[in-house]
Amino acid sequence: MSLDKDQVQHIAVLSRLKLTDQEFDQTVDKLSRIVDFVDQLSQADTDNVVPMAHPLNESQRLREDVVTEPNDREHVQENAPSVEDGLYLVPKVIE
Amino acid sequence: MSDLHLLSLTQIAAGLEAGDYSAVDVTESLLARIKTHDVSLNAFITVTGEQALASAAAADAARAAGNAAALNGLPLVHKDIFCTRGVITTCGSRMLENFVSPYDATVVDRFASAGAVMLGKTNMDEFAMGSSNETSYFGAVRNPWDLERTPGGSSGGSAAAVAARLAPAATGTDTGGSIRQPAALTGTVGLKPTYGRVSRYGMIAFASSLDQAGVITRSAADAALLMGVMAGFDERDSTSIDHPVPDYSAGLQQSLKGLRVGIVRQHFDDGLEENTGKAVKESLAVLEAQGAILTEVDLPHIDLSVPTYYVVAPAECSSNLSRFDGVRFGHRAKDPEDLFDLYCRSRGEGFGDEVKRRIMTGTYVLSAGYYDAYYLKAQQVRKLIADDFKKAFADVDVIAGPTAPTPAFKLGDKTDDPITMYLNDIYTIGANLAGLPAISTPCGFDGGLPVGLHLVGPHWGEETLLRCAHQYQQQTDWHTACPEDFR
Repeated sequence: MSLDKDQVQHIAVLSRLKLTDQEFDQTVDKLSRIVDFVDQLSQADTDNVVPMAHPLNESQRLREDVVTEPNDREHVQENAPSVEDGLYLVPKVIE
Repeated sequence: MSDLHLLSLTQIAAGLEAGDYSAVDVTESLLARIKTHDVSLNAFITVTGEQALASAAAADAARAAGNAAALNGLPLVHKDIFCTRGVITTCGSRMLENFVSPYDATVVDRFASAGAVMLGKTNMDEFAMGSSNETSYFGAVRNPWDLERTPGGSSGGSAAAVAARLAPAATGTDTGGSIRQPAALTGTVGLKPTYGRVSRYGMIAFASSLDQAGVITRSAADAALLMGVMAGFDERDSTSIDHPVPDYSAGLQQSLKGLRVGIVRQHFDDGLEENTGKAVKESLAVLEAQGAILTEVDLPHIDLSVPTYYVVAPAECSSNLSRFDGVRFGHRAKDPEDLFDLYCRSRGEGFGDEVKRRIMTGTYVLSAGYYDAYYLKAQQVRKLIADDFKKAFADVDVIAGPTAPTPAFKLGDKTDDPITMYLNDIYTIGANLAGLPAISTPCGFDGGLPVGLHLVGPHWGEETLLRCAHQYQQQTDWHTACPEDFR
């Protein structure tokens, strides 16, 4: 295994993913296989190769900083699990 | 009019124009087909029957008033990755099981404005991550050619619906082969356009430097018809490129005389199943007989395309899918202890195994201490692969080969080993890494299952790909083959 349980646990926390015990064991195995597989990239000679930034070498288009969309808050919040007075509700963050 | 379902888009358009039948007739006929046949296929997540009949009636009224639009009354289905206002958009995930999009994707909007009739939303691998449609929260799609087999993925529902004659055309998305591989496995035509050609506004993001929207149809001419409406600049998509949109149908009749077709040696190596390779080689001989000139081209780094992809795509997915936090929309876990627990359990419950695996792979390759070894390295190798294509296209107009290494495999066959599954896309991923357009067209059978011929073009080379596929389809009839139980 190229990844151990502690590493996978750390990655799960960084990813904000809660895994069941069964999922966790499978993930250690499968994630290790994926990492082993992509490790073959290390064989490629990439000295002085500029990493690709865009498939067509375009630069990011910018626009004027003006309002283009109407405020559609109520409509958008119909999909929210929990809202009040136009605000999204989450568990208490600060005591 | 019991056989309206067998007609191509182009044929339906002619019949509507001639007044042989109405858009409502076509829509009713296909909705009835879906009702009967989708029980065995599971190609649809949502069927929008009422809405479809209303759009069809509106299209008929527009025609009667002399205002027929470009695709007036033509039926199609959308992959459930495209946001549709007022209609549930799931992306194949429990996370979005109840998500009703507040707006339409540009692709959806363009087709609706052109008079097309949406019949429903098709099943797909969860968040487009998969090559067999088995990662869908809504169950695997079955291949109309053999119900025990996969239709491919991730646009498997779109491909199965088109192959089974439940719809003449479908939209799809392609990040590593998700339009072309299912097209090959179901005997349909699948086009992935140049990166930036079609707007991605309202198309749920997977890997932003690779994703592109396209179509699955039963002929190249139908794909050309749809591309004319679908392609073009969109201010709302920051990756959309402002490049003139040609008349894709105009050049289809031009012969292949003198067309330079490149063959990549590695694409015919050991991994390719013998009879699949045989069908592809025969199709190359057809192109040659039509006047194309076959030459060998070298893509020295192409063998590294799959590992490159499995660094770049998960990295971008881990970032894109961070928006699903259980707060603003999507699945939320019950009774969270605190905010951290809310995030972790909402995501843990809302995402399936493959999506979680890719998010974690991406998180790992981007994490402190590993970024240079994986992500940066992959973007360098990606540059080498793209440069190889660029060199090759100095000498050839298209590159031809197999779309997939095998025909459709059995459901469950490759679910245990992610790497075996990933290698399905070995021939298609290169085009995504380099942002190139590519098409798959049916070119024969292997053990009674369809095989696809894959054509890749230089940037903005869609016209040549469509022409090449169309000319090939004038000499062959593989693309008209219909699975026996769906005639």
